[in-house]
Amino acid sequence: MLEVQNLQLTLNGNSIINGLDLHVDRGEIHGILGENGTGKTTIANLIMGTNNYKPTAGKIIFEGQDIAGLSVSQRAQKGITLAWQEPARVEGLTVRDYLALSRHNGQADQLERYLLMVGLEPAQYLDRDIDATLSGGERKRIEMASVLAMRPKLAILDEPDSGIDIVALPLLLNSIIEMNKQGSSVLLITHSERVTEISHRVSILCAGTIIRTGPPAETSLWFKDNCRTCLHINEPVDETK
Amino acid sequence: MIRYSVEKEYQGMIDAYEMAGGDKRVLQTKDVAKLVVHENRVLANDPIKGLKIETKETKSGVSVKLTVEEGAKIPRPVHLCFGLLPKEGLQEIIMKVDAKDNSEVSVIAHCIFPNAVKVIHKMDADIEIGANARFDYKETHYHGESGGIEVIPKAKVRVGKGGVWQSTFALSQGMVGKLDYDFEVVCLEKAIAELTVKVYGKGTDDIKVWEKIHLNGAGARGLAKSRVVLGDKARAEVRGETYGNAPYARGHVDCIELVNGTEAVATAIPIVSVTNGKAKVTHEAAIGSIDRKQVETLMARGLDEDRAVDVIVKGILR
Repeated sequence: MLEVQNLQLTLNGNSIINGLDLHVDRGEIHGILGENGTGKTTIANLIMGTNNYKPTAGKIIFEGQDIAGLSVSQRAQKGITLAWQEPARVEGLTVRDYLALSRHNGQADQLERYLLMVGLEPAQYLDRDIDATLSGGERKRIEMASVLAMRPKLAILDEPDSGIDIVALPLLLNSIIEMNKQGSSVLLITHSERVTEISHRVSILCAGTIIRTGPPAETSLWFKDNCRTCLHINEPVDETK
Repeated sequence: MIRYSVEKEYQGMIDAYEMAGGDKRVLQTKDVAKLVVHENRVLANDPIKGLKIETKETKSGVSVKLTVEEGAKIPRPVHLCFGLLPKEGLQEIIMKVDAKDNSEVSVIAHCIFPNAVKVIHKMDADIEIGANARFDYKETHYHGESGGIEVIPKAKVRVGKGGVWQSTFALSQGMVGKLDYDFEVVCLEKAIAELTVKVYGKGTDDIKVWEKIHLNGAGARGLAKSRVVLGDKARAEVRGETYGNAPYARGHVDCIELVNGTEAVATAIPIVSVTNGKAKVTHEAAIGSIDRKQVETLMARGLDEDRAVDVIVKGILR
């Protein structure tokens, strides 16, 4: 479904993404594990076309078409969406209207269901604005409900667990599984091994490139053993030595 | 100048109100208090128990005295409808409000100028909110597309001990023309004042907003809030002033001006002043283009850029 080939991004002379290759299958939850500063959010922006990021080189192929030249809207209309690590707040836009904007084909009661899936009581939230009165965790959960409502072909979730308390985390993970059952492929970007447990495959990101891809348990363990204790963040380990 | 019969004028006002998006049934319902004024003629004056509306037609408008009796809780909003249907004219509304102690009322004013080419609409209000009384005032304007209108609403409001004044002035339909808004509120002990202005300027609209809140009583609270969106060559200057003059008074000035165009000019002048060491007044002002991340958030759900901007603008003016 998504094929990223030799993707590169250089900003102000600094190589941020460095020949990244990534393949996400239809129906797959693909985890991307990386420490801070390895390029996780940059990948999300490049695939979605946000933040004015344009690849210096390489291809982003979605369902057979290179989408690197498309606008954010065009990519969304093709079925890609992004849940931001820190979602924007929009004064005067209610949760109800926000979810309805992205609703694919659901009825009003579906909106309530999506909120319940992320652990939010519809009666308390549907008529609230997605503004600064929401806590960071509430806003993140509403972002997830919005992606559920959209039923995208590919959901890019940038650190969906950050700012989420440990009580709500299982709900959030369940909502990602549900999203996948609804038919969405998921690119699950995180620095948490626990979050990638729900993935079908996991890739490890270092210095803007994928250095390892494999089953979740094995790859997460490798990440824990090597990346957590690495003194050379963003200087990838050369396993041939 | 064309003169309409009263029936035609009344129907014309109702039709114009409906065309502007209002629900005309509220102006036709019998158990809703209302006042309808076209130019300087009172077309309808329907008070309700606990609320008295006295009017006097003047050469250029109408003097209105609105009295809410002590302890009266008016169950449904009172509708005031002012307007001018011809292309040219002057309407001056002199408003005196006396909301007596422990009363409660919500007033919705509709100001309708659908054909204005050379129109001036002025309101001078003197408003007294009694102790523990609550007065909600919402004024919404419906203008035509020519921009040939000058709107000058001015009010002096005094809120008694424990009283509440909440007002919203909204002008986002049609061209603003020239707006010179000036509301000043004095709050006594534990009184609350919230002033909100929402304006969408386009073309060559010229907008001046001046909100002043004097927190003169202990524990008084005030919020001066403004939301202005500017496009084309519109200009706006927003002054939000809050003065903390008593212990435990709390005030805040909150101004957002969005500029959606290269030639629009936005200015914000927040003034916060404290003359009592136990008072606290804060302010925040943000002026600039529409936040790119907000736009992209909506685009990532499939909206094109223009529609995303429209949703954000409508939200901020809602």
